[in-house]
Amino acid sequence: MNKRPIRNAALMLLLMAVPALASSPAKKREPVAQEGIELPKPPFSDGIFPCTACHDGKQVPVNTQRRELGMHTEIELQHGPDSRWCLDCHDASSRDNLHLASGEKVAFTASYKLCGQCHGDKLRDWRVGIHGKRTGSWSGQKQYLLCVHCHNPHSPHFKALKPMPAPTRPEDIKLTKGGAQ
Amino acid sequence: MTEQLPMPTPPPSDESGCGTSRRAFLGTAVATVATALTGCGKLSKEEFLQHHFKELSKDEVATIIARLEAEYKEKYHKTVKVGTEGPIPGVIFGYGLDLSRCIGCRRCVHACVKENNQSRSPEIQWIRVLQMDKEDGVNLEHAEQYYNPAEVPQEGHFYMPVQCQQCKKPPCIKVCPVGATWKEKDGIVVVDYNWCIGCRYCMAACPYGARHFNWGEPHLDAADVNPDTHYLGNRPRPKGVVEKCTFCIQRTRGKEQRYTACVEICPTGSRKFGNLLDPKSEIRQVLETKRVFKFKEDLNTQPTFFYFYGV
Repeated sequence: MNKRPIRNAALMLLLMAVPALASSPAKKREPVAQEGIELPKPPFSDGIFPCTACHDGKQVPVNTQRRELGMHTEIELQHGPDSRWCLDCHDASSRDNLHLASGEKVAFTASYKLCGQCHGDKLRDWRVGIHGKRTGSWSGQKQYLLCVHCHNPHSPHFKALKPMPAPTRPEDIKLTKGGAQ
Repeated sequence: MTEQLPMPTPPPSDESGCGTSRRAFLGTAVATVATALTGCGKLSKEEFLQHHFKELSKDEVATIIARLEAEYKEKYHKTVKVGTEGPIPGVIFGYGLDLSRCIGCRRCVHACVKENNQSRSPEIQWIRVLQMDKEDGVNLEHAEQYYNPAEVPQEGHFYMPVQCQQCKKPPCIKVCPVGATWKEKDGIVVVDYNWCIGCRYCMAACPYGARHFNWGEPHLDAADVNPDTHYLGNRPRPKGVVEKCTFCIQRTRGKEQRYTACVEICPTGSRKFGNLLDPKSEIRQVLETKRVFKFKEDLNTQPTFFYFYGV
């Protein structure tokens, strides 16, 4: 009788291991796979991560008061700045993580869960491939991007771009090239 | 007697031309006369006598591919692979373009040129991005294709890239007098550049301006050649033939079944591509959950290219 729970546990482990083993050769890129989604690393600024390099509870004391920061001044918050500040998303007790409204911690590699709390329609579209960009194979393995690869989380509006050259007007082809050549 | 008619690929043993066999003699004679009459000095006898692509046997296709690859090797001094992959069973390609996200940056236009070996001078572009007024909606009378501000998107405008719509009832195919363009089983409308006579009827018939003509010898530097090509797609073209978007046939039908170049370059993720027969594909999700329209639907060309609003 005693052996049965052990055997069951072993079976469970085996069952859990099988899909993990089966999917492992497919992951060639950065190993940030959640829910079977292959994602590249979050686009951290150079040298900014891990946050605990400074925010280890000793060098920088924890201050949960909402205020203007002396550090990180390059960040311009244009994402509901009246009602939001750093610790609404960043976690004060576990600096290398983010947290949801519920307090549940979320790694930076799964930040889409955090975004999806408010932008649920976009998260739903992103999961099925309507919102956001995918590369790779249309029938097989694809690479996704995190929300934050295209939208700076502190200022999420998609930034304007310089357009690439316009097509040549037919009359200009004649002028510059002497006909069809 | 049918025996006396010139056949597509004469036996290679009779390369010496006139003399040994009657068929080879006639072949050479016909080719020489035709060359003299049409002024197509560069056309080889084999090329002139090549049959329609769909009528070729496997061996004949292999011979033609070997000939083309040798020609490209000589011209560009690098190995160019010419694929002939056929349609994948159970696949019909569909394309979605999110008009609410496109910002008109033209990254797709130039990625396409690079991928598909278009002539660089004058540059042939398979995608044309139209800038339109938000107030007017999709209205071709208020469309501008030569816009060039410092930054896009511009206030009050939206952008609509137009390329081959891979119609289910393609008017371009109906008018081709020689059958040099046809619709494949996976929905891609292709052109056989070796069969095209350059009459440009298809260009007149296409309501989307999606077909383009090589008025001159295409100018393509060896360094710019994309060596991964397909016979019915992006292999370097000769002068005097029509070309068009093929949903990057060399990628989408290739071994890795990759996305098209325009899908992969788009910085806003406006472009969606997939199998219309797969209910889980992105394009099916778009069709089932978003507001979708077909461009110039009233013409009943039945595009498999869909515009949608992702918001």
